[in-house]
Amino acid sequence: MMKKIRQNTNGSSLIVVCLVLLSLFFLIALLAPWIAPYDPVKVDLLNKLADPSTQHWLGTDHLGRDNLSRLIYGARISLGFAVLIFLSALLIGVLVGCISGYAGGWLDTVLMRMCDGIMAFPNLILVLGIVGIFGPGLMQILLALMLVQWVYYARICRNMVISLKERSFIAAAKISGSSSWAIIRRHIIPNVQHPIVVIGTLEMGWAIMDISALSFLGLGIQPPNAEWGSMIHEGTAYIRSQPELMIYPGVLIMLVVILFNLLGEALSERYGVSKREL
Amino acid sequence: MIVYIAKRMIAIIPILFVATLVTFALVHISPVDPAEAYLTAAHIYPTPEVLEQKRKEFGLDRPLHVQYLDTLKRMVQLDFGTSYLTNKPVWDEVKSKLPATLELAVWSILFSALVSIPLGVASAVYRNSWIDWLSRGISYFGASIPQFWLGYLLIFFFSVKLDLLPVEGRGDWQNVILPTLTLSVVLIAVYTRMLRTSVLEQLQESYVEYAKARGLRERSITLKHVLKIAIAPLITGMGMSMGKLLTGTIIVEQVFSWPGFGRYFVEAIFNRDIPVIQCYIFFAACLFVICNLVVDLIQTAIDPRILVKGRSNP
Repeated sequence: MMKKIRQNTNGSSLIVVCLVLLSLFFLIALLAPWIAPYDPVKVDLLNKLADPSTQHWLGTDHLGRDNLSRLIYGARISLGFAVLIFLSALLIGVLVGCISGYAGGWLDTVLMRMCDGIMAFPNLILVLGIVGIFGPGLMQILLALMLVQWVYYARICRNMVISLKERSFIAAAKISGSSSWAIIRRHIIPNVQHPIVVIGTLEMGWAIMDISALSFLGLGIQPPNAEWGSMIHEGTAYIRSQPELMIYPGVLIMLVVILFNLLGEALSERYGVSKREL
Repeated sequence: MIVYIAKRMIAIIPILFVATLVTFALVHISPVDPAEAYLTAAHIYPTPEVLEQKRKEFGLDRPLHVQYLDTLKRMVQLDFGTSYLTNKPVWDEVKSKLPATLELAVWSILFSALVSIPLGVASAVYRNSWIDWLSRGISYFGASIPQFWLGYLLIFFFSVKLDLLPVEGRGDWQNVILPTLTLSVVLIAVYTRMLRTSVLEQLQESYVEYAKARGLRERSITLKHVLKIAIAPLITGMGMSMGKLLTGTIIVEQVFSWPGFGRYFVEAIFNRDIPVIQCYIFFAACLFVICNLVVDLIQTAIDPRILVKGRSNP
């Protein structure tokens, strides 16, 4: 059985393990309303800071809300937003990258300098700057994270377009009357999908960390919604009496981020995408 | 060399120029009206007359390019305006907060270099040994743990459980330990990994074979020849990790109630204190550009081949 799995995955059982565990997290996030035993925002002050019991497997928080349910619902926000950011950044990145590579000239220069500028800055500072000027809130954070992440995809697409542009099969496609869009779809995208999958995986991990950090600072998800970063923040007030309140969500964040990082590395090894190219 | 330095210095100017332009543009695209933000921060009820008067005072009624040139002129003179909240010049406040942040930054750079250089070299030389696995484990851990959570975990173990170190504040040497440790873990993860890769690369080079053939001891080859070249990417890494350090200080200062620039910035975000936010962004931009320059210059000094090849491409 194990041997079969290993053969099918080209010797990288690590990828399978990561994928299975991550799918489990995504499944929990998707099915949250059905599997969570309680309403994550329902306050029950008579039962506050309860220890784990058969009713509340992981106890309750300072407002008597069920911890397990909050953790399950928290997965929705962290994972859901990471996916949302990934998809939108990918879309912008591929578009800009292809345009930049195809057009060349001053447009290419301007767009790529812009990417350099954004990449030179640490992501979180840019995000904080944007949130600072536009005000705290979930939409602003999504927008800001999207704005800092598209550059990586754009760079790869642009370099790929430039290296492929002069190749004979593209010329042949052009001569035979394929539109630019068809060329991008049929020849460019298949060539960039491996590096994109690698970066996308790694960036999901970063996005989850950034979202939780911003929520911790109080700039992201606003109470009473459950989110892992803000749960840690709420839990820190009870660090002396009920430390597990801040420990559970932290463990989950770390676990998910480690899984994404491991998966990203395993994929980059398997596809032969070196870090330097990224 | 001097020509090279001069060239690089001149190249900085347009970058900073763009940084000021972007900050200015962001403030103006933002739906928040600075006059209104000021009045809210100062707890004054924004009647139309007061708003109009404040807008005049801030010069918001002038054409955009005039406003921008004015902002630019003042930024060059380090005049970032007055804080909406305290009505004191922003730069004065920043000057009083910077030393605290710098203290954290310097300690954590020193500490992480002290740990990661031996660890990185050892894990490359003794590849796949227990020390290699340990260092890779630390790298993974450091890259995946949320920094604020790590801070609280340290507080939990060292302050709550063991009652050894103070929870928050600044002053004693004991106060420095936990924030420095929190900041360092992330940096150690990055540095160790980088050094490991570059030492491994260098060990493959032919000059190592040659040195071995000459009968030099392995230890002296690693320490004298390999490390000298392998450390160049680490210096770049250190320069680039200024970003991690800067965001790190924001979070760590928040966790440990450390009275630094990062915390001041977060407070400003909550209060919509636009001059402070502007100042922070501009300051961060300057810091990056300068760090990059310094890193490049140090690298050129270590490895003069860069001058011949043109700009270094790590």
